[in-house]
Amino acid sequence: MSPILSAPPAPPPMHAPDGFFSVWLSIAGWIITLVMVGLAIRNTRSQLGERQIPLMGIVGAAIFAGQMLNFTIPGGTSGHLLGGTLAAIILGPWASVLVMTAVVVVQGLLFQDGGLLVMGINIINMGIITSFVGYFTYRHVKKLFKDSRGGMLAGAFAGAWLSLIVTSAFAAVELAVSGTSPMGIALPAMVGVHSLIGVGEGLLTVFALSFIFATRPDLLTGEAAPGQKAAGWVLTGLLLALAITLFAPLASPYSDGLERIAEAFAEPSEVEIAPVGFAVPEEAVFNGKFGESPYEILPDYTVPFLGESGASTIVAGMIGVLIVFGTAVGLATLTRVRKKEELST
Amino acid sequence: MIQLQHLNPTEADTALHRLDPRVKLIVALSLILITGLMPSGAFGAYIALFALMMAEAIIARVSPVLVVARSLAVLPFSLAAVTLIFTGPEPYLAALPVTGWPISEPGLVQCVSIVFKSLISVQAAILLIATTHFTTLLWAMSSLRIPGVLVAIISFMYRYLFLLADEAARLSRARDSRSAVPAGSPVTARSLIFRARTTGRMIGSLLVRAFERSERVYNAMLSRGYTGAPMQIDPPQLCPRDVLIGLIPVLIAASLLAISLII
Repeated sequence: MSPILSAPPAPPPMHAPDGFFSVWLSIAGWIITLVMVGLAIRNTRSQLGERQIPLMGIVGAAIFAGQMLNFTIPGGTSGHLLGGTLAAIILGPWASVLVMTAVVVVQGLLFQDGGLLVMGINIINMGIITSFVGYFTYRHVKKLFKDSRGGMLAGAFAGAWLSLIVTSAFAAVELAVSGTSPMGIALPAMVGVHSLIGVGEGLLTVFALSFIFATRPDLLTGEAAPGQKAAGWVLTGLLLALAITLFAPLASPYSDGLERIAEAFAEPSEVEIAPVGFAVPEEAVFNGKFGESPYEILPDYTVPFLGESGASTIVAGMIGVLIVFGTAVGLATLTRVRKKEELST
Repeated sequence: MIQLQHLNPTEADTALHRLDPRVKLIVALSLILITGLMPSGAFGAYIALFALMMAEAIIARVSPVLVVARSLAVLPFSLAAVTLIFTGPEPYLAALPVTGWPISEPGLVQCVSIVFKSLISVQAAILLIATTHFTTLLWAMSSLRIPGVLVAIISFMYRYLFLLADEAARLSRARDSRSAVPAGSPVTARSLIFRARTTGRMIGSLLVRAFERSERVYNAMLSRGYTGAPMQIDPPQLCPRDVLIGLIPVLIAASLLAISLII
């Protein structure tokens, strides 16, 4: 094998490289990731025992190889699997966190697909969020359909699709908080694109799962994965953190400054955001206010990349995320401790 | 055609190749951290950092051209930052001819800065992996207190990655050889569901094979005395000379950061 190849890696790069997320957000990402990996190691130990290491390593390699299998989709491009939900359905959410972490680490180190400093954030997006959102959606939809095979497949589709939507929303918020992409553009663009990519992910997850269900139903052990209650708290924390980061800037004391900048931004943002054929009332643009575009989620929010307000937004967002996340992890730990006590009595 | 195009460490035996992997990992991370902390628009400092990377490449006898070429793989991600050009504040440099979007000077500076920082960071990562074997890097990670279980999972993944990528390549060759289409007809002759079902089943079969392989591997390991704890060689003492060598690029980068923050 030649030492350095000029051609791009076979699977298209899909993780963010260094430089696109702010340093402080990246460090917060690493802290959250390390805590989650620690929790995942503790939670999976009882589930799989010493078998877990070869199993998770080889399943990680299979997810990686599975990501290389393309299928043609309309528009001349090809789609492929990401696999977080599939891994979580088969192995349970905690084991899936470890598998997906290994996948992101290998892709970042060996293939330079994803930066090293931002690796924590990439693991959160590609591993932690997809595993938990996918798994819980799957469980709940499946229960809704009384655990039938159809319900299982519907749950897998919904889980895989939703996991991509949520993770793309997170990525957009992270880009906006880092000052790389304005929220008004990043959020609708990322969520919009991923609501289509998510269909591919959903279909692949469903067909892969139905194949496994037909050939080795005994492998679907994720059903009995422990630490589900704890995992539920983590999911709640993640979603709360997203909600807070999305809406915190509206309550920011710097909103005057933000609005001033938003005024300057109004016209270009409007052009960028408005879908083709969507007429923008001219007065609205001149008033510095956005039109009633269906994508306007945060009308007055624009992330400035210069000045104090930018730093304050980043810090505020990060603190919010960390507090909520810390609470969730704390609750998760408490729940597990209580469970252990119940078992011992 | 599926093939893994990753970096292998070059054969040369240079000072950078011999440097303690722990030092190299921390130096690479520090350089990326310092690059990330660089203020926007400090182009002089970016060029100096780039020169530092190229100097390292020359010391390590890795072709600078290939380092740069490989780092360009991050460019598609610039799309995320391109919006800054059109949404940034005044002063505006010009307007796009057709759409009339104003090109903001601070936005342009910010966007170009992000892309430059990203290129320098990925070059640091390329130099790390071009001078360090992946297994050595894993060993360095575990002696830097990355949880041993995670490192063991990653090293298993690395060990079987190439095997499973070959398996995926065989699956996809088999699919291609069975799905010939008459010349001139579109590739997307069958429905999307049909194509997704084929690929989904391939992924399913890849996973079932991986499970079965891991059962065989586990049994083989058990018969050779596996107890659940990964075996590790004691790390050798960290040599002060290596630490000093590692400090050189970090100090250069840190002083560049200090200078560009003061100016």
